[in-house]
Amino acid sequence: MSKVTLSTEFRKVDVDELDEEKYQDEPEGGDDSDSIASREAEVKKFISGGKNFEALKAALADPPLQTKDEKAKKRNFDIVLDVLTRFKQSDVEEAVNKLNSDQVDVLMKYIYRGFAEPTENSCGILLVWHQFAVASGGVGSIVRVLTSRQTV
Amino acid sequence: MSGGGKEVHELLTEPITCHCWNGDRTKFAISPNNNEVHIYTKSGGKWELEHKLMEHTSRVTGMDWAPKGGSLVTCAADRNAYVWKYDGKAWSPVLVILRINRAATIVKWSPLENKFAVGSGARIISVCYFDEQNDWWVSKHIKKPIRSTVTSLDWHPNNYLIAASCSDFKARVFSGYVKEIEEKPSETVWGKKMPFGNVMAEFSNGGGGWVHDVSFSPSGDKLAWVGHDSSISVVNMAAGADCVATVRHTYLPYISCQFLTESSIVAAGFDCYPVLWSHDDNNQLTFVNRLDQAEKKASGQLSAMEKFKGMDKRATTTGSSDTTLDSTHQNAITQISIFAKDGTGASKFCTTGVDGRLVIWNCKSLESAIAGLKF
Repeated sequence: MSKVTLSTEFRKVDVDELDEEKYQDEPEGGDDSDSIASREAEVKKFISGGKNFEALKAALADPPLQTKDEKAKKRNFDIVLDVLTRFKQSDVEEAVNKLNSDQVDVLMKYIYRGFAEPTENSCGILLVWHQFAVASGGVGSIVRVLTSRQTV
Repeated sequence: MSGGGKEVHELLTEPITCHCWNGDRTKFAISPNNNEVHIYTKSGGKWELEHKLMEHTSRVTGMDWAPKGGSLVTCAADRNAYVWKYDGKAWSPVLVILRINRAATIVKWSPLENKFAVGSGARIISVCYFDEQNDWWVSKHIKKPIRSTVTSLDWHPNNYLIAASCSDFKARVFSGYVKEIEEKPSETVWGKKMPFGNVMAEFSNGGGGWVHDVSFSPSGDKLAWVGHDSSISVVNMAAGADCVATVRHTYLPYISCQFLTESSIVAAGFDCYPVLWSHDDNNQLTFVNRLDQAEKKASGQLSAMEKFKGMDKRATTTGSSDTTLDSTHQNAITQISIFAKDGTGASKFCTTGVDGRLVIWNCKSLESAIAGLKF
């Protein structure tokens, strides 16, 4: 057998990429690392001012759904998780009730990401958030976390 | 069993994949989740199994009964469709070559019954018509721009346009004008030029989640569709293509939707009960009510043993043997069809589901039973 046939380079070619009929998602968004940095500063400002709900709204606004950059998503997730864990259990219900249904859907996505990547002090408070998010958005909101291709 | 505006028939223990009624509603056909088509007829006030049609070799996925002509068309996962004719004694099938390489998913007669459309997993809609000269059914394909399985179809009342729901998250309206057999169509709100296969409109519900079902309103000006992201959408084309109302609701996703009148839509799915939505002239889509009101269960005394057993096993304090739902259907509803019409729209509709039950709902009785309900 010749040496050439021992090459395994061809195995690394993603043949599905060459399929003309490959399913393509909606167009990709641009790079949002700048907007995430400015969001982080904004959220920090609200938190230091004691305005937890304003911080939550800022953290949930316009999440980086389209980007393929996992680092940007992770950074945004860390910002949201930081806000969620700062709430006292007794304040959660009021905060969720003030959100509109789109914001609850985004919140639910972050709650499930929080369950998927648990840290030491996040799970307890996330369960409280989950309880009130379900009370507000219903099971429909959970179904949308499962079906959406636009992950947070 | 009947009462409370509904008539319940417990036909099977296995799921009913699909159902259809004949024109005068004296017979219906169902598939018991396999390759058979069962035809029921009413005798002595009871529905009796009359015929079993065994021509398909895989699971039957769709069927439709032409109300006037009386022909039954069925399609299945074996990639074939049959047109069945009844001679008074037996049903005889005629094979239709669909030219698809994946399972057929849905079949619908056009309103004039001169053609039918078959959706499939091959990302194709086959529009089939009868060629008199050659004495067979010919199929024409609508391919572009479908990117995934066609889940459901609905014909526009003008006999030319077809709406298709698709698992590529889109609902589309195509032209199904076959110039070989019919006159040139006149203009509708969906557009003027209708060469075969032309995309007249394309809609997305925005959030992802494949579209389960589409339905035209009685006039054909409105289109409703339901998605797996727990959403329901309606477009009023008379007001423009960007006049889309979408509601992301708080319930489990709907599998099926059906316009009853110009403003009311009945939808049902994984929640196991049908619900009513209304769409008004200001493009407001609102939830009206659950049509199958929860029935109060007679709660007997529980022994302490049963109570703790239930809490341990199923995290509830109701009896351990009580697993029935508070709805008429005991599992997901997969199909809604119109059973009877009156002057303004549908007056009765029929649902079947995974629990093997067939239920006929009477709109008038529901209106009087549920406060504030108006179809």
